[in-house]
Amino acid sequence: MKRTMERLYDELMKDYRFREGMKTCINCGTCTAICPAAEFYRYDPRKIVDTVQRKDDAEIVALLKSETIWYCGECMSCMPRCPRGNAAGLIVMALRELSTRLGCFVESERGRQLYPLSKALNGNVLQYGYCVHPETFTIEAHPEAGPVFAWHLAHRHQTFARLGAPYLQPGPGALRKIPQEDLDELQAIYDETGGTERMRHIERLSEQKAQEMGMTPEEYMQYTFEHCSPGHFNTD
Amino acid sequence: MIYKGKQKIWSDYQKEIPDDHWFYARSCIRQNFFPASEKYFLEIGRNVLGRDICDTEHHTTCGGIAYHSDVIPQETAMTIVARQFALMTEMGYRNLVASCITSFGNYTEILETWREFPELEARIREHLWKSCRREFEKPEYLAHASDLMYKWRNDIAERAQYRLVNKDTGEPLDIVEHIGCHYSKMFPHKGVGGAEYPCVLSGMVESWGGRIVDYPERRHCCGFGFRQYLVKANRGYSVSNTYKKFESMEPFHPDGIITNCPGCPYFLDRWQYVIAEQTGKTYGRDGFGIPVFTYEELAGLVLGINPWDLGLQLHQTAVEPLLDKMGVAYVPADKYLGLNREDLLRPELPSVLKCF
Repeated sequence: MKRTMERLYDELMKDYRFREGMKTCINCGTCTAICPAAEFYRYDPRKIVDTVQRKDDAEIVALLKSETIWYCGECMSCMPRCPRGNAAGLIVMALRELSTRLGCFVESERGRQLYPLSKALNGNVLQYGYCVHPETFTIEAHPEAGPVFAWHLAHRHQTFARLGAPYLQPGPGALRKIPQEDLDELQAIYDETGGTERMRHIERLSEQKAQEMGMTPEEYMQYTFEHCSPGHFNTD
Repeated sequence: MIYKGKQKIWSDYQKEIPDDHWFYARSCIRQNFFPASEKYFLEIGRNVLGRDICDTEHHTTCGGIAYHSDVIPQETAMTIVARQFALMTEMGYRNLVASCITSFGNYTEILETWREFPELEARIREHLWKSCRREFEKPEYLAHASDLMYKWRNDIAERAQYRLVNKDTGEPLDIVEHIGCHYSKMFPHKGVGGAEYPCVLSGMVESWGGRIVDYPERRHCCGFGFRQYLVKANRGYSVSNTYKKFESMEPFHPDGIITNCPGCPYFLDRWQYVIAEQTGKTYGRDGFGIPVFTYEELAGLVLGINPWDLGLQLHQTAVEPLLDKMGVAYVPADKYLGLNREDLLRPELPSVLKCF
């Protein structure tokens, strides 16, 4: 009979990414040495893998509620370098999935960013059929896009036409209007595979958390998108 | 003995890329930021080299950015991709070429996962049937668009109007190549040259007359990191990684950068602007930055296509220093004109980074 303390490890083992990414870690630290996130954040993928392989529920819950699992950039630079064929990035993806499913994500500042991410990305996917779209990409949210992009956005119908992109027009090509029947299929895929339920779950828990923090959903959205508390970086 | 061993290892990282008949899957980011690159991928493939490439209005995002930002379940991402495969199958194609590196990594991860866990593939087929009434064959061959450009590199070189050579000195231009992480770090045997020695971009540069710059942080991520850029609070991660790369390449004085990922050219271009405005530091000569290009943009320049048709006016880091070194003919006054020479005014100039 399984010990109850391994319950969350068993949950992680149901995730294909975890099964692919978690073999036997020898704690060599190669993943941490190569990791772009570890250089800037207080982040150590070696420790995450070591913690997970101890299979202790209390330690795994602490990880699910922590900032640390949200620091990875999912670049997967760790994957080709691990001498034992582990992938810390895949393990982190499985931990994030479980954190989201169990509602632990609202307990960390970086986890709470799922709210603006889901609103923006899933909104674009279901409304336009693209993850990113000029109608929702603003210079206020992206000042680093620079004055050239501000000019481009201000004249986007003309600049896209100049470059041969049928912007918001029917037919093939860059940034075309994707036919409604195709967008309906995307919606049906979300409904069938749990994407819609995932969006609602993130929204429901985030809006509860907003209330707990004394914010409206709009204020919470802005706050989670822009606010960075001290303590995340190695230099802090 | 050792040499033979190396030859064997190297042969594992060579790809037999089919010559023709491709189903093209576009990139969300490239359509937003480099729309002309995708246009010229098709132009070069179809009209210059006579290849058959299908571009359908019905395909959508692969969901890769949402997947790697952890806002959709894995099965949602897999079913969206299964739908792309269904479109490919219905249109009579067996080879899929992805414009996006995130998509290429996503498709590869999905096919490899299905290979290892066939019960998951069966479940996704069921999801797709229930949601869209579609069925699919898996691609016989999956490529990234830069793989095809690599395959075409010598055909392009034969038609070159310009070469990656300094017109004044006759010396090869020094080019940094930056490979998107998801091209071959996840599945090294799926990329030309693997994860450590990918030659997909260096092969193009050398065929077109340039010289590759080797520098310590050559394989370091550009810093996209999905949520690490998409959320404003996290962008210090993104710019810090780009900064690390530029500090590392600076002593080698590169003339330009070639990339094969949708996000990388955007970040390597825009973060140069931010670094300049915040710190006063620029990495090119005389206050300019180091120009950053997609592989289609560089191929287009080599083929003599007008830089403003290639969309180089949408770069924040000025491209003119490289155009001038190559001797490319262009009309500066046409840079910001719209269709039919419509006057669209001009962007504001940054205060530090020199631009035209």
